[in-house]
Amino acid sequence: MSQKENKNRGRTFGFDTRMLHAGHIPDATTGARAVPIYQTTSYVFDSADYAAQLFDLKQYGNIYTRINNPTTAVFEERMASLEEGAGGVATASGMAAQLTTMMTLLEPGDEVVASQHLYGGTMTQFVHTFRKLGVTARFVDPNDFDAWEAAITPQTKALYGETIGNPQGSVLDIARLAALGSAHYLPVIIDNTFATPYLCRPLTHGANIVVHSATKFIGGHGNSIGGVIVESGEFDYAHYGSIADPSPSYHNLRFYDTFGHHAFLMKARVETVRDTGACLSPFNAFLMIQGLETLSMRMDRHVENAQDVASYLEQHPKVDWVAYPGLESSPYHALAAKYLPKGAGSVFSFGLRGEGGAVRAKGKTFIESLNLFSHLANVGDARSLVIHPASTTHQQLSDAELVASGIGPGMIRLSVGLETKEDLLWDLDQALHVI
Amino acid sequence: MGPGSGLACDLTLNSVLTPELKAKYQDQDTVRRVLGRTRTIAMVGLSTHRQKASFFVATYLGSHGFRVIPVHPKAKEILGEKAYPTLLDIKDPVDLVVIFRPAHEAPRYARQAVVIGAKAFWLQLRIVSEEAAQIAEAGGLTVVMDRCVKMEHGRYDGTMHFVGMNTGILTARRARRWLPS
Ligand SMILES: Cc1ncc(COP(=O)(O)O)c(C=O)c1O
Repeated sequence: MSQKENKNRGRTFGFDTRMLHAGHIPDATTGARAVPIYQTTSYVFDSADYAAQLFDLKQYGNIYTRINNPTTAVFEERMASLEEGAGGVATASGMAAQLTTMMTLLEPGDEVVASQHLYGGTMTQFVHTFRKLGVTARFVDPNDFDAWEAAITPQTKALYGETIGNPQGSVLDIARLAALGSAHYLPVIIDNTFATPYLCRPLTHGANIVVHSATKFIGGHGNSIGGVIVESGEFDYAHYGSIADPSPSYHNLRFYDTFGHHAFLMKARVETVRDTGACLSPFNAFLMIQGLETLSMRMDRHVENAQDVASYLEQHPKVDWVAYPGLESSPYHALAAKYLPKGAGSVFSFGLRGEGGAVRAKGKTFIESLNLFSHLANVGDARSLVIHPASTTHQQLSDAELVASGIGPGMIRLSVGLETKEDLLWDLDQALHVI
Repeated sequence: MGPGSGLACDLTLNSVLTPELKAKYQDQDTVRRVLGRTRTIAMVGLSTHRQKASFFVATYLGSHGFRVIPVHPKAKEILGEKAYPTLLDIKDPVDLVVIFRPAHEAPRYARQAVVIGAKAFWLQLRIVSEEAAQIAEAGGLTVVMDRCVKMEHGRYDGTMHFVGMNTGILTARRARRWLPS
């Protein structure tokens, strides 16, 4: 071993260094510096015996790209490094990351207690798709820890929340939820999409599993759908049936006995993703890796722009409220200071002043008057995005139903991008002037 | 191909040991040196069941060039190698003794490992016995504790990376063989 290695041994590299290097060692043969795209479905085996051992999980290695791929593995290890977890499993989308996590942990008859401040698509998945699988989700106000506790039953197998919930702009008290999870022997799963590991690392606050829609800030450029699961490896699954018991779909393998702190991740990969087929394509993995290489710089700019846009909107006479946890007026300001010290993300909602149909019409006009904000249904693009749920995704709901679902006819959601800040303020200003 | 050329992060994840014990019994240079110098492994507690962790580890090590001698009270042969009832019955020189048995049995095996002149003593994941470690150390053996020999080999060999695990290895240098020989 060379002196150099000894000198550097044990060094904990910084976040930015890991963004660029973790999970990728330049190839022995070619020396290629960028991560090569292994656009292949499958991998030749050295021998029949070795292949048998691979299928038996007695060797770590590449089998088939639905299960693993060398480009995707770079993305997985890099995310695990950034989130400070034991490993990662990439998935076709954020929705697939959630479903994979739940299908790995849960059995029919099990329950999940979840925050009610979740992405709408997640709500739908938890209510309707889970029902088909015999799983029940109970939703609680994420700030009310008595409610979390009261919703836990003997069937409960996991707790679930988002670092930053929308449209409320609520910041989850992750450490408190983690303590509740430990007390009840329940893994705590956090959707960290809106914060990214640069702004918040839930595993370091005691959460057990992080899921991401990598579609958003991870990829960062609005060009590919993807997801990832990272697990801490700290949860003791010894008495957690689905991970500890013999698995009928893997020759009665006991994942926890065999893989220890890799058990959940191995099961998620070789059983759940194998069977659902919700793998990430290597090309998309490459784009996600490319996104990660600039994550910290982009997030710094995202939050700087978002903070100023939120402050601008808050003082505008035509704006009723702004739900950005980075504002002092937010009830979540203290939690944001604890969990999101570098900034409270760049996705938030605000309400136009007015009532019912009139404000619904104003919202529509406002959106249509913007020049720089792209009107679409996504968040976390490098470009600024906007949507008015009452005239698009939720247009079939009555004003009363909108209010009941916490959206309201005048609510606008922004995803503040990386453009010149003054241009964003100019655009919002001129559109507010029109209404 | 052995991609791990060095420059690793601090590998302190997923262990029940205190920071002092981690520094002592999970030091990455020590782990690499032990694996690099080992050819023959005696595995105490190697199971005859193909779905047990020990069987996975022995199978893995067997196909990575190690000879794994089973220590088993009843079995005659496991994975093509003659099994012995105790470490003391093994006639060939042993480089590394790997323990897959409960911690309270570990001191006994540590004493036997010293007697047979093994060079290193390894307690698998979650098997923690400071007493056994001290016995082995006093006998001149290098000790690793609360680590998995398959995971550690896979970490530095580059294969554990293929299943998305965090190896903690970070380097801008071209992949090359990592084990000191
Ligand atoms: C917080 C959050 N979680 C999950 C998802 C689902 O991710 P995907 O669209 O990649 O499936 C989204 C998408 O909007 C999201 O915003």
